[in-house]
Amino acid sequence: MSHGNMNLTLKIWRQNSAKEQGQLVTYPVTGISPDMSFLEMFDILNEQLVSKNESPIVFDHDCREGICGMCSMVINGRAHGPKTGITTCQLHMRSFKDGDTIVVEPWRAQAFPVIKDLAVDRSSFERIQAKGGFISVNTGTAQDANCLPIPKNDADASFNAAACIGCGACVATCKNASAMLFVAAKVSQFALLPQGKIEATARVKNMVAQMDLEGFGSCTNTGACEVECPQGITLENIARMNREYLVANCKD
Amino acid sequence: MSKLDSKIPEGNVEQKWTKYKASVALVNPSNKRNLEIIVVGSGLAGASAAASLAELGYKVKVFCYQDSARRAHSIAAQGGINAAKNYQNDGDSVYRLFYDTIKGGDYRAREGNVYRLAEVSNSIIDQCVAQGVPLAREYGGMLSNRSFGGTQVQRTFYAAGQTGQQLLLGAYSALQRQIGLGTVDMFPRHEMLEVVKIDDKARGIIARDLVTGKLERHFGHAVLLCTGGYGNVFYLSTNAMGCNATSVWKAHKKGAFFGNPCFTQIHPTCIPVSGDHQSKLTLMSESLRNDGRIWVPKKKDDTRKGNEIPEEERDYYLERRYPAFGNLVPRDVASRAAKERCDEGFGVGASKMAVFLDFKAAIERFGKTQAKKLSISNPTDEQIKEFGKQVVVEKYGNLFTMYEQITGENPFEVPMRIYPAVHYTMGGLWVDYNLMTTVPGLYCLGEANFSDHGANRLGASALMQGLADGYFVIPYTIGAYLAKEIAVKPIPTTHEAFVAAENDAQSQIDKFFAIKGNKSVDHFHKRLGKIMWEKCGMARNEKGLKEAIVEIRELRDEFWKDVRVTGKPNEMNPELEKASRVSDFLELGELMCMDALNRSESCGGHFRVESQTDEGEALRKDDEFAYVAAWEYKGNYSYEMHKEDLKFETIKIAQRSYK
Repeated sequence: MSHGNMNLTLKIWRQNSAKEQGQLVTYPVTGISPDMSFLEMFDILNEQLVSKNESPIVFDHDCREGICGMCSMVINGRAHGPKTGITTCQLHMRSFKDGDTIVVEPWRAQAFPVIKDLAVDRSSFERIQAKGGFISVNTGTAQDANCLPIPKNDADASFNAAACIGCGACVATCKNASAMLFVAAKVSQFALLPQGKIEATARVKNMVAQMDLEGFGSCTNTGACEVECPQGITLENIARMNREYLVANCKD
Repeated sequence: MSKLDSKIPEGNVEQKWTKYKASVALVNPSNKRNLEIIVVGSGLAGASAAASLAELGYKVKVFCYQDSARRAHSIAAQGGINAAKNYQNDGDSVYRLFYDTIKGGDYRAREGNVYRLAEVSNSIIDQCVAQGVPLAREYGGMLSNRSFGGTQVQRTFYAAGQTGQQLLLGAYSALQRQIGLGTVDMFPRHEMLEVVKIDDKARGIIARDLVTGKLERHFGHAVLLCTGGYGNVFYLSTNAMGCNATSVWKAHKKGAFFGNPCFTQIHPTCIPVSGDHQSKLTLMSESLRNDGRIWVPKKKDDTRKGNEIPEEERDYYLERRYPAFGNLVPRDVASRAAKERCDEGFGVGASKMAVFLDFKAAIERFGKTQAKKLSISNPTDEQIKEFGKQVVVEKYGNLFTMYEQITGENPFEVPMRIYPAVHYTMGGLWVDYNLMTTVPGLYCLGEANFSDHGANRLGASALMQGLADGYFVIPYTIGAYLAKEIAVKPIPTTHEAFVAAENDAQSQIDKFFAIKGNKSVDHFHKRLGKIMWEKCGMARNEKGLKEAIVEIRELRDEFWKDVRVTGKPNEMNPELEKASRVSDFLELGELMCMDALNRSESCGGHFRVESQTDEGEALRKDDEFAYVAAWEYKGNYSYEMHKEDLKFETIKIAQRSYK
């Protein structure tokens, strides 16, 4: 079944499991429409593979509207592809030309081992969250929401940090595989709010300690993470986290 | 005698929940430690329930198919969450939220449940703010509100167009905290395939580890299904790709009745289908209807661009038909009105199956206000446009970007094209006031249950219900059951019921691989979706539904003969996951059509063309259909319907009017 008139050559990372070696495999795809999303193009390729009784390419995806953070492909060397400010599922084929060769690889980082093909294990992020990415307030103990006025600018800045979708593009794109932008976004969200200040010291120390334990690299301020972040989380958050971290350690 | 006991407490609607809480059985802390609860699904309902129950001291296990609890599809909810705070001083109250929800649901929901929902709505906002959820604020530091369809007050709290994300991350952070404290065991990349019943009570689940393919047995004193809706039965919907009905459907086949399966919400403002490659549909938040105006050209088959059609040649049909609510009529009304215009030949875009959602007037209005604020006395048109755009970006920024990404058109220059799409399912597992299904110990929360939205859900009420169930209802109601279970020791998973359930799951997997057919899973899913959309979609009739039932049965037979599942069972295998989900949709779809056929009235999102007013509005038949249809599985694809009569003691039942 033809959908459009773009013909492409895909070089896709295939790897059976974390223990086995992977390699790039070349697949031609034909009849692609510029209105398709990148993942819909993958659906078509997979449909073709199924029809040939070959095993389809495993890739993570779910909401397909840029918010769940599940999709994770490095496309032509860039996390989430050539456009900025979007996830792979929001990338459309109109961003490519007929005849292009497209190389697709998984997130690459020691702390994100490949599970299969393009799917990676990001549970390291979960463990960092569990160390302090919260405010310790049990259900039912809260006061009236408007008892605590919060300046709009602070609330907005907190929201901008909280918008992180936890996809891991920041790690994938960093030459050191550092998770600083991800951790800084969570630390900042709470550091900017009065209700988050109570646990600020423990939070930043515990989350950073877990980040180091997971094997993420150090931050050398190249700023690549900021460029590739689909939610536009800024480096300012890393500066804020460093400040929080310094203050937390000075308090000891 | 009906088998259904809704267990609604006696007394005035205002007193029911208060009295219930004061008299419900409690479980003491030392016993809570020994009671295990399984939560399936980690969206707003699942994450909030799991965190709250763990805080109380129960031992909790949480399962989700995604790689993290944070990715559940609640994350994609855009617009907002309702609460009866009356912060705007515009006349809101718990009673009004209750009334609007019952009326919005076209008088097909229970008064007792809905009043409780409205009552706890305020606590949700308090809880979320305490968790550090950055909801939108005014310059004075107070929380901001906006309007949603079907209401005349501003009671919707929001965080730009990412409210679901922020609320879910709040519940997720509470859950992660409990995981860190060791009170919750988290099982991501796991899918529940069977409910385990022992002596008629739910005692556990069989889950498949989606990475290794291994089947696992898990015991629980109670099981909570918080797995969302079944909109993906239509193939194309605003649901995530993985959203499925497997847990509720397997539970249904083990004895949980299914309530009002035909009640589906078709959301009016989605980006239209662009071609047959399409894998999902994207919503444009209802909040856009606060400021956007919906219209079609007055002339049929008008091929001009939206911005080239002069004002006097535009038909703002919602404002024309419903002057009181205008563009903010409830979703079912707005969807049908769009379909009506397109069916009459006034649709726009290449497919002619779209209407315009236009921000031109809003941009001008915002721009002028902004210019005044900045004391610019004679702003140029350019300035007004620029200022107006800035305000729109602030309010709806991510939605405009999303639209442009998908369509390649700039919605600041040309009006958006939108069309209705499947979005939410009001139907779901039948539950009583305790949120328990007809299987003792098996609960169902959030979108997965049928309880609060009647035949149509109002905007910004899904987030409210998911969190109400999880944070503020189940922590109380589960005590009523578990207080009697404290003597029950954990049952070893070597019990024959676990073995039998695992065998059932295994034999279905083996069956998929044994077929070795010629057609992919998606092939069948798309065909099912087409039948459902055409014959059980926005308008339904007897003939179409009867045909659909036959066609679905044939398609199901073909599926079991000719589906191809590649790969192996004991590995990460998305084709196998899809096959399992689609096999359940192929059964559920038939039940939806049977329910739609039985209910020969129109109500809310369920529109039977045989039952409409002279003006084409939905016509209810209260003397015949003021009941919940709860379907019991009788084996071999046969079902028996039970009725739970709906009593309206507080609200006077009336024909809905938004004129």
